[in-house]
Amino acid sequence: MTRARRVLAAMSGGVDSAVAAARAVEAGHEVVGVHLALSREPATLRTGARGCCSLEDSRDARRAADVLGIPFYVWDLAERFEAEVVEDFVAEYAAGRTPNPCVRCNERIKFSALLDKALALGFDAVCTGHYARILTDPVTGLPTLHRAADPAKDQSYVLAVLTTDQLAQALFPLGEVTKSQVRLEAARRGLRVAQKPDSHDICFIADGDTQGWLQRRLGPRPGQIVDTDGTVLGEHEGTYGFTVGQRKGLRLGRPAADGRPRYVLDVQPVAGRVVVGPREALGVSVIEAGPAGWCGPVPRPSSRVGVQVRAHGEEVPGVVEAVDGTAPGGVRVRLDRPLSGVAAGQTLALYDGTRVVGAATITATRT
Amino acid sequence: MTAYLDHAATTPMLPDAVSAMAQELARAGNASSLHGSGRRARRVVEEARESLGALIGAGPSEIIFTSGGTEADNLAIKGLFWQRRSTDPRRRRILVSAVEHHAVLDAAQWLGRSEHGEVVLLPVDRTGRVDLDVLESELSADPDAVALVSVMWANNEVGTVQPVRELAELAHVHGVPVHCDAVQAFGGLPVDFAASGVDCLTLSGHKIGGPVGVGALVARRGLDLVPVLHGGGQERRIRSGTLDTAAIHALAVAAGVTVDRREAEAARVSALRDALVDGILDTVPDAVPHGDTAPGGRVPGIAHLTFPGCEGDSLLYLLDARGVECSTGSACQAGIPQPSHVLLAMGVPEDQARGALRFSLGWTLTTADVEAAVEAIGAAVARARRAGLAGVAPTAGVVRA
Repeated sequence: MTRARRVLAAMSGGVDSAVAAARAVEAGHEVVGVHLALSREPATLRTGARGCCSLEDSRDARRAADVLGIPFYVWDLAERFEAEVVEDFVAEYAAGRTPNPCVRCNERIKFSALLDKALALGFDAVCTGHYARILTDPVTGLPTLHRAADPAKDQSYVLAVLTTDQLAQALFPLGEVTKSQVRLEAARRGLRVAQKPDSHDICFIADGDTQGWLQRRLGPRPGQIVDTDGTVLGEHEGTYGFTVGQRKGLRLGRPAADGRPRYVLDVQPVAGRVVVGPREALGVSVIEAGPAGWCGPVPRPSSRVGVQVRAHGEEVPGVVEAVDGTAPGGVRVRLDRPLSGVAAGQTLALYDGTRVVGAATITATRT
Repeated sequence: MTAYLDHAATTPMLPDAVSAMAQELARAGNASSLHGSGRRARRVVEEARESLGALIGAGPSEIIFTSGGTEADNLAIKGLFWQRRSTDPRRRRILVSAVEHHAVLDAAQWLGRSEHGEVVLLPVDRTGRVDLDVLESELSADPDAVALVSVMWANNEVGTVQPVRELAELAHVHGVPVHCDAVQAFGGLPVDFAASGVDCLTLSGHKIGGPVGVGALVARRGLDLVPVLHGGGQERRIRSGTLDTAAIHALAVAAGVTVDRREAEAARVSALRDALVDGILDTVPDAVPHGDTAPGGRVPGIAHLTFPGCEGDSLLYLLDARGVECSTGSACQAGIPQPSHVLLAMGVPEDQARGALRFSLGWTLTTADVEAAVEAIGAAVARARRAGLAGVAPTAGVVRA
């Protein structure tokens, strides 16, 4: 990775991507900054601390590029983003699944649309401010993805869908550092975004109200909230407002018989039903997922793996029960101890130590 | 080495204008003050007003200095609209060409949205020229309903020259005042305010080798305009604000030099422009030149082409990386390139309009700059074509379970 390359640095306007670009410049690469315009009607100013699509963010990115002395462009990927990330997000919720748009954006936008265009224009790699490490496998010589040195910021989960080819053309200069180091480094480099708050949640839902946003997109589709016996407990405006494991916002009229909180156990969009029940019923021990993408060799059945199902979720040990090595094959894993709040649509990421083995979209779960 | 081919965006200041401005910046004095320093500043402003007026065929009292072309356009469009409507509330229609600069177009559209105006976009032909018959029928349909007509002298993207005189005559038959944005024309073409017949005309400093931040609205005597900026009552009470003595002085100096050299410079620049276009077409035979390419049909300094299968911003980046600086010619929102409204109005399909480049030439441009651009264009187009319209069409993706 010491070879000087022509690098396109994706700059969101935040501190991480600015420092990542700075580190790429310092490493001797020929760096050009690009801000992705992902919304056709960008908000003028950030509301709160979320999003990466406002005019203010674009300006922050441009200022950072100025300070680094690199050329800077804005590329309009709004149509692609709408078609591949936003519409998918809506369709997945409408189908009762819980998608992760950041995973999808990395897979289809940053390391596909953006990378393809960059390569065609003569760049060798795309650089982002993700916290993850790319290490060369000593045996195969191929790049592998590993968790970041800073476990609190590790973002390997949202990159777990990347293939070996994509990793060979990616640069994550922040894999070895902590967030506080990045902020200090930004200040030292004179980058004004040093103290800019982290972005949270989903960038295209500016106010953070996912349920309200989905309701505007999909319209009301009223249905019933039932318990595991089928007893009707309440009404809802659309199954898409619910995620397995959710407790808040159920607005049930009657308290449960045992007086304990109830959780969403299942979302059934065709029947228009949301099934709720006690926390114990949420435990998932077996996860099926597919199609799977493997970053390196396909794991053999009975391999021990680390399992993660949420961007900021814990890693749970488990074992690969079955794997279909043919594309687009699936995988089944059994967890050593049950996880709660596992929903279809989420990304299943499998680890071997710190190394990402592969990822797949969860299709079914069992207790 | 950098080949600067973006003179229509801004052109370097002429050395004479720089020294005139620097000299004046070092002096104190508000042109509205009555003491010696004020009188001295006032004299500088008034001499500038007289010389600029003489250069464009206007009397000194017809020059209203502004902060630039955008302000002058806004003052003309809004000031005329409000004035005309205040004397007759039926006058709501604003007739503007579809290829106007955003300073005119957006001002008109704002009046449409917020002030009960009705914007009529006058269509243009394939070269970008306004159809006089359409203007005539829009005017004669209901002359009493028309507030104003605004058509630019020459287009800032493709350079096409409009039949300003004929437009003004037509409008005046119906008693309708005409505004003309001459920002791109002044300096490149002979511009005579009185002979053109228009009622008001926009000029900008930094397109002719003067400073950014100064311009003028030339408004004929007796033309009433409702002010946009209220305050101290400077500039016939039409445009309040302390006069920028140094910038106004430099503007007049730049205008003097530019008009003096205009004929020779126009011949030199249009020869370079033709060499550039020929060179590009030799390398990229399917590139399409736009604007009126007939002699005298466009300003000397603009070459506009579309490159099929390319995205303008990809070309811009690839040329920039080779030290060749030009423009896609169209406005952007937050840096996001939009297909040009000018090309769309000329009937260029949207996918072609995305692959546009404007090369604009000016007083510092040399044969070496043209050669650098011609040398860089082939590889840039080949590469931009490979990059295709990535980001426009979704790729066939894996269908998810």
